[in-house]
Amino acid sequence: MGIDLPLLWAIIIGVGLMMYVVMDGFDLGIGILFPFVADRADRDTMVNSVAPVWDGNETWLVFGGAAMLAAFPIAYSVILSALYLPLILMLVGLIWRGVAFEFRFKADEGHKGLWDKAFACGSYTATFCQGVSLGAFIDGFKVEGGAYAGGLLDWLSPFSVFTGIGLLLAYALLGATWLVMKTEGDLQRKMRKISLRFVPMLLVAIFIVSLWTPFSHPAIAQRWFSFPNVVFLAPVPILVVLATWALSKTLSSESHALPFVLTLMILFLGYSGLAISMWPNIVPPGISIWEAASPPQSLGFALVGALFIIPFIMAYTAWSYYVFRGKVRAGEGYH
Amino acid sequence: MFGLTALELARIQFGFTVSFHIVFPAITIGLASYLVVLEGLWLTRKDPVYRDLYHFWSTIFAVNFAMGVVSGLVMAYEFGTNWSFFSAFAGPITGPLLAYEVLTAFFLEAGFLGVALFGWNKVGPGLHFFATAMVALGTLISTTWILASNSWMQTPQGFEIVDGRVVPVDWLKVIFNPSFPYRFAHMTIAAFLSTALFVGASGAWHLLRGNDNKRTRKMFSMAMWMVLAVAPVQIVVGDAHGLNTLEHQPAKIAAMEGHWRNKPGEGVPLILFGIPDMETEQTRYSIEIPRLGSIILTHSLSGQFKGLAEFERRDRPNSLVLFWSFRVMVGLGMLMLLLGALGLFLRWRGQLFENRIFLRFAAVMGPSGLIALLAGWYTTEIGRQPWVVYGVMRTEDAVSNHSALALSLTLVIFVVVYFSVFGLGVSYMLKLVGKGPLETDHTATPREQGQSPRPSRPLSAAPDNVDPIPGRKDK
Repeated sequence: MGIDLPLLWAIIIGVGLMMYVVMDGFDLGIGILFPFVADRADRDTMVNSVAPVWDGNETWLVFGGAAMLAAFPIAYSVILSALYLPLILMLVGLIWRGVAFEFRFKADEGHKGLWDKAFACGSYTATFCQGVSLGAFIDGFKVEGGAYAGGLLDWLSPFSVFTGIGLLLAYALLGATWLVMKTEGDLQRKMRKISLRFVPMLLVAIFIVSLWTPFSHPAIAQRWFSFPNVVFLAPVPILVVLATWALSKTLSSESHALPFVLTLMILFLGYSGLAISMWPNIVPPGISIWEAASPPQSLGFALVGALFIIPFIMAYTAWSYYVFRGKVRAGEGYH
Repeated sequence: MFGLTALELARIQFGFTVSFHIVFPAITIGLASYLVVLEGLWLTRKDPVYRDLYHFWSTIFAVNFAMGVVSGLVMAYEFGTNWSFFSAFAGPITGPLLAYEVLTAFFLEAGFLGVALFGWNKVGPGLHFFATAMVALGTLISTTWILASNSWMQTPQGFEIVDGRVVPVDWLKVIFNPSFPYRFAHMTIAAFLSTALFVGASGAWHLLRGNDNKRTRKMFSMAMWMVLAVAPVQIVVGDAHGLNTLEHQPAKIAAMEGHWRNKPGEGVPLILFGIPDMETEQTRYSIEIPRLGSIILTHSLSGQFKGLAEFERRDRPNSLVLFWSFRVMVGLGMLMLLLGALGLFLRWRGQLFENRIFLRFAAVMGPSGLIALLAGWYTTEIGRQPWVVYGVMRTEDAVSNHSALALSLTLVIFVVVYFSVFGLGVSYMLKLVGKGPLETDHTATPREQGQSPRPSRPLSAAPDNVDPIPGRKDK
């Protein structure tokens, strides 16, 4: 067969995870922002702004897991067993916040505060664990004979804790700019202020991660800093700086949607930077997508279903965002 | 924890999370088809009672569906976190099957669930019925994929082993492996039966509380017809499944029956009660019926099948657990048969809705379908041991290298979170059931009926004026 099936699957899973980071990112961000917003009505508005779409966002996570098992069973087995604790905690956090989110609407007034706390706690736990997993992934896993050979706490390092905090910042900013786009009045002003505080912090975090990574991994430094790569790849950090500068400008202006779009762009650039650093490995530091792939009989069989169904899911997702476009107002949901 | 090994803890953890999960899809499968029947009857007979029941059960369906999705999220990752060697080895086959299951479920949610739950007044009756039917079909397709994967682990075929992992050779053989048709039939019917018992118990509970109206009578009556029709079918299918297991996994059958060794020329008795002892290779305190084991499993008076002592010790599943889990399932099945038969008798006598002892019996039997279903799954899964892929890979070779401490810790977290989260979910669902089906004005959309408008998600189909925390009064 002339098609590079592992490459195609790497793209599908990559896009799926990007969809997840972007979409679940801002609704996790809503939960992260809860401690900064005390007013009950404001919280209701915040939650209402993601209510119609949030559960669809998590479907990408389930799909990512199943697709990884199908296409890259070795990566699935190594990464998931290496990240056992953070992933279990992430899942528990997601379950907890999902249920809190739904029951918040249904609870008596007296119980709402409890669900709010649960929602925020779950959001923090899930995001931090995702960030830690990301850091551990960059650092790579100890593999022997195609299986994870490290310990239970190998994922825990100063670097992974830092990426955990970095992701909290990133999702918080994504959530805040989402709310700038979706709300008006006091809440919007508040979100602009919070965003402006988060922007420099996130920039610093990105800066530190971008230096820390190549300094501790010579292969990654080689990829970025050798000639001519350094010329071709220079647009990535330059665009990050430009986007961040534009973001702080638009936050101070009257623009509603641009801050969110720019934050998405920064995240996308960060994701691309990660892909550039890791390529072509799916289990860093040494297992490539071709080495980890399922046999072609499995990749081809699963591809038929994926190519048939993913467009439907995409179309439905686009449609539901379109239907619920526009501002959310306090005391009112969608009509 | 409690002197358990890491392997045992990994199995307990997986068993715990999957047991919580399976309950929700089982009710989803059953209720989806029930909704198709209700809407079909409404469209053909135009009796509003069917429409009211449709709306009542569709909100409960929505909550249950959401619980299934949430608990399923964990399952998509647990194969890797807990069974990494299994994933690396068998992923090329179980992975695509699982991916198809996930894709089907999402396709269903993306395409038709929204229309079925929120589109009653937005699309024509024909299109709405079509959406409901597609949801039901989708649940059955999902069942097909997941059971194909599970059945392949029980009776693997259509593959070869290359470089230490499986490579699919013939997908049709993989999917339609020897135990798949039996397992599919047995599980689907179990889902229908569990749902019928749940619906029946809800009806009985309302009738006992004096909430006697056309709607509660109708749902009780439909459920009792269903139990009457399906319980015997399930026993026949279960018997066929057992014969299939005897052919492919004889050690499982021997362990289920507490059968250790054959006596020359003599039929095998059926042990009604006993305590199988894995150490001394005998079933103590046994109460036996001569030759009945032979009749059930070989359909002859003196037929023999292998006893557990004929298998190597390391190849034996735990007979004590299987013997009893199997008897719990069969015992409950017999009670279901009795319930159906009594229902028919009382119906003939015209006392179906009045006989309080019978109504209590039906109410108590509410969870029996799900308990039997779980007992059945324990039987087949524990009976597969010590193999994870039968005859191909041992469970001890499949488990990730986590310490007992790590597994104990996460198990405690799972137990606490699952009991609180799904406990609340179930409590909310039961509160909805407790409200009973109402005669509603269907010119208003569900959203206009005291609902803050948040469409699209399954749980927003359920009313907001019921607090999920148990024991609270309604707003």
